[in-house]
Amino acid sequence: MPIEILMPALSPTMTEGKLAKWLKKEGDPIKSGDLIAEIETDKATMEMEAVDEGTLGKILVKEGSEGIAVNQLIGVLLEEGESADALTASISESEKSELKKSEPKAEAKEAPVKAAPPTPSPTESKPAAKAVSEPARGDRTFVSPLAKRLAADAGLDLSAVSGSGPNGRIVKKDVEQAISEGGSRRAPASAARPAPSGPVPDFGQPYTEVPNSGMRKTIARRLVEAKSTIPHFYLTIDCRIDDLLKLRKDINGNGEDGYKVSVNDFVIKACALALRKVPQANATWTEEAVRLYDNVDISVAVSTPEGLITPIVRGADTKGLGAISSEIKDLAGRARDKKLKPEEFQGGGFSVSNLGMFGIREFSAVINPPQVCILAVGKGEQRPIVSEGAVVIANMMTCTLSCDHRVVDGAVGAEFLQAFQGYIENPLRMLL
Amino acid sequence: MADTQFDLIVVGGGPGGYTAAIRASQLGMKTAIVERENLGGICLNWGCIPTKALLRTAEVYHLMQRAKEFGLKADNIGFDLEAVVKRSRGVANQLNGGVKHLMKKNKITVFDGHAKLAGKGKLKVTKDGKVVADLAAKNIILATGARARELPGMEADGELIWTYRHAMVPKVLPKTLLVIGSGAIGIEFASFFQTLGSKVTVVEVLDRVVPVEDAEISAFAQKQFEKQGMVIKTKAAVKGLKKSKDSVTATIEQGGKTESATFDRVISAVGIVGNVEDLGLENTKIKVEKTHIVIDAFCQTGEPGVYAIGDLCGPPWLAHKAGHEAVICVEKIAGLKPHPLNTLGIPGCTYCHPQIASVGLTEQAAKDKGYKVRVGRYPFMANGKAIALGDTNGLVKTVFDEKTGELLGAHMVGAEVTEMIQGYAIAKTLETTEQELMHTVFPHPTLSEMMHESVLDAYGRAINF
Repeated sequence: MPIEILMPALSPTMTEGKLAKWLKKEGDPIKSGDLIAEIETDKATMEMEAVDEGTLGKILVKEGSEGIAVNQLIGVLLEEGESADALTASISESEKSELKKSEPKAEAKEAPVKAAPPTPSPTESKPAAKAVSEPARGDRTFVSPLAKRLAADAGLDLSAVSGSGPNGRIVKKDVEQAISEGGSRRAPASAARPAPSGPVPDFGQPYTEVPNSGMRKTIARRLVEAKSTIPHFYLTIDCRIDDLLKLRKDINGNGEDGYKVSVNDFVIKACALALRKVPQANATWTEEAVRLYDNVDISVAVSTPEGLITPIVRGADTKGLGAISSEIKDLAGRARDKKLKPEEFQGGGFSVSNLGMFGIREFSAVINPPQVCILAVGKGEQRPIVSEGAVVIANMMTCTLSCDHRVVDGAVGAEFLQAFQGYIENPLRMLL
Repeated sequence: MADTQFDLIVVGGGPGGYTAAIRASQLGMKTAIVERENLGGICLNWGCIPTKALLRTAEVYHLMQRAKEFGLKADNIGFDLEAVVKRSRGVANQLNGGVKHLMKKNKITVFDGHAKLAGKGKLKVTKDGKVVADLAAKNIILATGARARELPGMEADGELIWTYRHAMVPKVLPKTLLVIGSGAIGIEFASFFQTLGSKVTVVEVLDRVVPVEDAEISAFAQKQFEKQGMVIKTKAAVKGLKKSKDSVTATIEQGGKTESATFDRVISAVGIVGNVEDLGLENTKIKVEKTHIVIDAFCQTGEPGVYAIGDLCGPPWLAHKAGHEAVICVEKIAGLKPHPLNTLGIPGCTYCHPQIASVGLTEQAAKDKGYKVRVGRYPFMANGKAIALGDTNGLVKTVFDEKTGELLGAHMVGAEVTEMIQGYAIAKTLETTEQELMHTVFPHPTLSEMMHESVLDAYGRAINF
């Protein structure tokens, strides 16, 4: 029986992805362990590995296709001795049988594992067992006759509606919801694409259209969500970093272990220690409770050609500056190559964004949900300050904390900044 | 020492419980089931199945009495009640064995006894007052079902006053029988005993028999029952029962008047109560309302890790609802994404003569919800197959939303309608409109053609009527 190759889930939250590239052609022999395709999710590109042996019988989803739902059939592997004739039966079988597809274990008896998990993600070993499978969709929209009629009556564009029925089928409820939301907003269940709010007028201006990558769409969606649902407020503090710069120079000048510690590494460490003092800033809001995280995992904003990504320094409070430094270098490098594993950028309890290297003096950042705080770090620069009654020149750095007021009140945010400033201005305390 | 640690333990081996166990096993969970009496539960042992066996006897007997109509000769028609009951029990036993086999096949450990919650993720199983096992599981599904409600002062004794359970194994055929309650259970027994020759009186407190059904269907069925000789008293209540040696005198109040009548036997079918007792619910956050456990759309109770399904959680008390909830609940536990049960898509079947089957909203309920409806009707009288079968008493009624063409409900009374209703159930689940139903080719000659004609009739297009 031909073996189905399904769109893998590269992370627990992934609902769809882009089939960036097929690494094998139809008719190619496939050995277990062969890389067969590259899958691009909102945050990373990963290679998909074959578990079963055979011949790539049929490619059902063309490369470059976006919005491929997890567990959608993307190709079929023929076992030895099977001819392509077996394909038609197999494909129509999978189209037909929603029931069968929703029973991953029963299926597994016939075809042990459909597709390997993405190579770098050993934790995601059972994509097929996680969610209800979807048969090949291509361009076809699955919609119930009633939903179709309701949409037509309301003049609603069905391509803007996401289906909640079996196999993502659009049912009455979805259309009713879309209509009640003004027909423009998508159902929240799969808010992966930004809201199509009708064509944007161009007023005759010439332009080049750059298609949105999965990452771009995710950034758009998450930031709209953050800014429209989180009550932000901002606290700014100036930190004198003369001692910090001196210490940094000492450490880097020594260079024994090849360390080149950056100011940002100090910032991460200072945040981590301050979060231990003010755990409310290392939290998530839910309607029922505020989740205070046990560990201090700090997301660090990294700019890549495709957009922003926030790899995580886990347990930053327990790590030394050197360890933090080399970890960030590694994460940032792989982030630019889109080689991060999902667990390396999903999660975190607090974010740091530093635009100092671009000469930005100060700015306010948008909170990275579901976190409740983000620290925006500006440039370290010499400024005249008044110290003990005299104007002196000091190295200063301005940091702005964006807080989710649902969790962090003004005083709590200030307390955090105070603790942070204490570490930054007395950096030796960080080494204790 | 037997294994006592499981991923999932199901309490109760009825159609909800054993389905949950099988689905869990399919999903790779280490599963156990605790059953205090018979695997298969009431449905298989004392409900759906054995009654269908009895009603089949009644049906064949009824046809034998009509032999002459079909050009057949049959003399000395009669029955042996003991053999009738024996057949029914045999059918139940065969299926009970089937469930045992299914448990074995799916590697589900079966514990014989009564299970009670004993702390978080723990169950104590007792048998005859002795503890036989202490079990632990990450998740527990309660599926202990329900039993007949008993009216105070009219409790069943198994001799003169019966519940469904006693009525299923009668030793003698009562000459006169009082059935209290005309829901599915009451009316099925009324129909069975009426067909075998008892003089049956049905007392219903509401204004019509099978009150959950569409009013038109109720009225149609009532007329048929009365034609068969059944006495039906609606808006009536049994105020008291007085037992004599081999009969019961009932005080029946109807329209402000009270009368007394004496019957050989009485069947009490006045509703269902959940089996919530002695489950150890006291020390949990599980909420019980009107003898039923309160659950969310995915069968989660108030207590983390404890779920409840089926009759235990309230109406509709149907085996197929329990089985469906079982799958939803287990898939939810397994982290899959099941869809919550749409109660309007659950068909209901009553196996009286004539049969009744329905799905979705009644005409009245649809109107009450503010729908402007289109109603289609098609009588059995006009259907070739029904005439050939000699079964022309029946009606197929469909209710559509005029605005959208949504099939809101379908209601049928007549021969084999319980086998046909699934067609409309599929239509509802797939959200078909009248268009798809009209475009579907129904085979000729069948009773199901009436389902097509009824849809056509709703839009003034019926061909054969």
